[in-house]
Amino acid sequence: MAENQRTIEIEVLRYHPEKDKAPYQQVFQVPFTDDMSVLQGVQYIKDYLDGSLSFRWSCRMAICGSCGMMINGKPSLSCETFLRDYYPARVRVEALAHFPIERDLVINMEGFIEKLESIQPYIIPREARTLAQGEYLQTPEQLNVYEQFSSCINCMLCYAACPQFGLNPAFIGPGAMALLHRYNVDSRDGGKAERMELVASEEGVFHCTAVGYCSEVCPKHVDPANAVNQNKTNAAADYFLRFLAPKGGAK
Amino acid sequence: MESYKADVVIVGGGGAGLRAAIAVAESDPALRIALVSKVYPMRSHTVAAEGGSAGVKLPTDSLEYHFNDTVGGGDWLCEQDVVEYFVAHCNEELTQLEHWGCPWSRTPDGHVNVRAFGGMKIERTWFAADKTGFHMLHTLFQTSIKYPSIKRFDEHFCVDLVVDDGRVQGVVAIEIGSGEFTLVEGRSVVIATGGAGRVFRENTNGGVVTGDGMALAYRHGVPLRDMEFVQYHPTCMPGTGLLFTEACRGEGGFLVNKDGYRYLQDYGLGPAEPSPRNKAMELGPRDRLSQAFWYEQQKGRTIEGPHGSVVHLDLRHLGEAKLRERLPQIYELAEQFLGVDPARAPIPVRPAVHYTMGGILVDGLCASPLPGLYAAGECSSVGIHGANRLGSNSLSELCVFGKVAGVEAARFAKAAAPGNSATLLKQAQAVEQRVLGVKQNTGGNERIATLRKEMAQTMEDGCGIYRLAETMQATCDKLDELKERFKRVNVEDKSSVWNTEWLLAIELEYQIDVAQSMAYSALNRRESRGAHQRLDGFEKRDDENFLQHSQAHYVAGGPPRIDYGPVKITKSPPGTRAYGAAGEKAEQERKASHG
Repeated sequence: MAENQRTIEIEVLRYHPEKDKAPYQQVFQVPFTDDMSVLQGVQYIKDYLDGSLSFRWSCRMAICGSCGMMINGKPSLSCETFLRDYYPARVRVEALAHFPIERDLVINMEGFIEKLESIQPYIIPREARTLAQGEYLQTPEQLNVYEQFSSCINCMLCYAACPQFGLNPAFIGPGAMALLHRYNVDSRDGGKAERMELVASEEGVFHCTAVGYCSEVCPKHVDPANAVNQNKTNAAADYFLRFLAPKGGAK
Repeated sequence: MESYKADVVIVGGGGAGLRAAIAVAESDPALRIALVSKVYPMRSHTVAAEGGSAGVKLPTDSLEYHFNDTVGGGDWLCEQDVVEYFVAHCNEELTQLEHWGCPWSRTPDGHVNVRAFGGMKIERTWFAADKTGFHMLHTLFQTSIKYPSIKRFDEHFCVDLVVDDGRVQGVVAIEIGSGEFTLVEGRSVVIATGGAGRVFRENTNGGVVTGDGMALAYRHGVPLRDMEFVQYHPTCMPGTGLLFTEACRGEGGFLVNKDGYRYLQDYGLGPAEPSPRNKAMELGPRDRLSQAFWYEQQKGRTIEGPHGSVVHLDLRHLGEAKLRERLPQIYELAEQFLGVDPARAPIPVRPAVHYTMGGILVDGLCASPLPGLYAAGECSSVGIHGANRLGSNSLSELCVFGKVAGVEAARFAKAAAPGNSATLLKQAQAVEQRVLGVKQNTGGNERIATLRKEMAQTMEDGCGIYRLAETMQATCDKLDELKERFKRVNVEDKSSVWNTEWLLAIELEYQIDVAQSMAYSALNRRESRGAHQRLDGFEKRDDENFLQHSQAHYVAGGPPRIDYGPVKITKSPPGTRAYGAAGEKAEQERKASHG
């Protein structure tokens, strides 16, 4: 390790369903250098202090979406959050808020996956095209309309930030809504009408109270709050249009 | 033990596994598909690929050019018939991804745009900014949701294959969340588990890239081919090894040494022009660029940093606007991890292990010698990369051969008789007992992290950019020792739910096997070719003795047995591998002599 090594206290929320009645905090002394992430700190604990600590991680570069944690109470990707920014104070690491804990820092994400699956997150072609006909034409401007919403890495930090999801786990939530929007506004897609039924439903956009914390914690600038709010307008228009048009009226 | 009956089992939920699953579903919706992955599919390491995916697109390009670049780039250790199939199907597969929604970057008139890449004569790399792998993976994953016949076993860790009646008939997996074992029966199995870069110390790979599928096939007698060829990517973050894509240079970036000098011109890659021309300077192939770094280091012309020697990747002249548009992820990585604003300062970089050229021996239809077993993607050796992979060929490989593997596995499954479930279950129970033994052993005194660190260090020492018999032998010896010490590994955690310490131990055992196949194959190849470069009397390519694929065979309780198989040459006889001005001259001479 580099010469400027110091020691930081990392306080970790522990919970093991096979032996603990409730989660508890455990503090570890971790030597660190300025370039070490919180993830590397937690890895150090696993490798050298306590092999039983469980957490998800993989890419180390903020693109696989595995390593989201609450770091000093804020939903963060642990791979791009650095220990130096907390030293000399102790840093507190916990499982993502609003999700059931499976063990230690591992949350149960099945609910999120079900939401993702429910929004038909794939192109429903506006017009059929064979491979021999080549690609659909899509200008950079048309790409720009949905590109940011396609950048969601499914890290679920926005869910840990969303007070409404905390109150009602059935709420579709910011991440899945951003993805739904991503497909709705893709020039190749014609599936909006099908998806909008979900948006305007019981668990759809109207649960959002426009806190906007989801966009603040998003590590990829997806701005899910923007997607939710655009769909509030769409869903409201849809609601009124359905009195006029036979099939929901979404375009 | 739980038991699930599928027709086709796919192990690995990255680009190749997902593409294979969709291919099975489309070829026959009645086939039941089990997609077994140790992580949720969108976490797979395909996600981290940055620069792009190759497929002939421009009218000035041709399949022949892509073929020649690939075969020459691989130093003629490619299966040329397979490369011909590959280059002919890249465009179609990338167009298929476009139809499925992949947000490819576009030209102003709405067509898919292409960029320059190392070792490629014409711009043919399709890209989605600098998150191409991310977008391809999410497109494939989200599209896979359309197909009801794909049943996912997310966060299920595959621990063995079940083989009966001379053919593979399923896999045994641990559900990570519960620690319970499941037998997933299938009349064919596709392995698509990715590479093994984590056996090296400094690497670009995610934690999941541990060579699991290679080890599974290997232990069942399937040879691992060309494992000595490990790609060092020339531009990685010091310390962590995180990747700065080759697209940085495709967009016009420079590599300079401590004097600000574009040193590649000293290594047969020149001339140095203001913007790198294709197949020259910064757009040379990865093996040559990493080798040039090594020489610069020897000459004392690198810059010393806290994590070893570095050179500078200079993107300043591209300007902030272009960097933000074409390389947004690179921009953020430099800023957040290094505190460097790449529009205003050069990025310190050094080579790190990036890609496993070799893998599970399969033919052009992705079939291994074990009936019913197929492989695709980085875990496989279908034969397109030879001794050095060209950047942007691997993402295309996932699609082209993921599809082939799926179609072929579907065909095999339909023709195969159902297995004997009782026999298979009995085998699976034996596997369960063996694997439970890894954590139930008591009295072990070897730490997982210590063994892993020693393995990664010895691989770097012996199987680096340049290699010597003495250090390779030391690495082989060290790996033999580690394999022995692994028997005394101590897993403190005896529990069931999310016991990742236990899984790390199983992965480490996979890794040691794969590392052995690499080190012994390297020691036995007494020549220099592509990414395998020796400095001990074997500095030249030796086509007479080594225009052959190495094959590492698993030997229980001992080091692997290495033998060799033929290389398929169809239309490109081995020639001089040259880049820059020398490459252009060689090409003209070749043309003249062939008429």
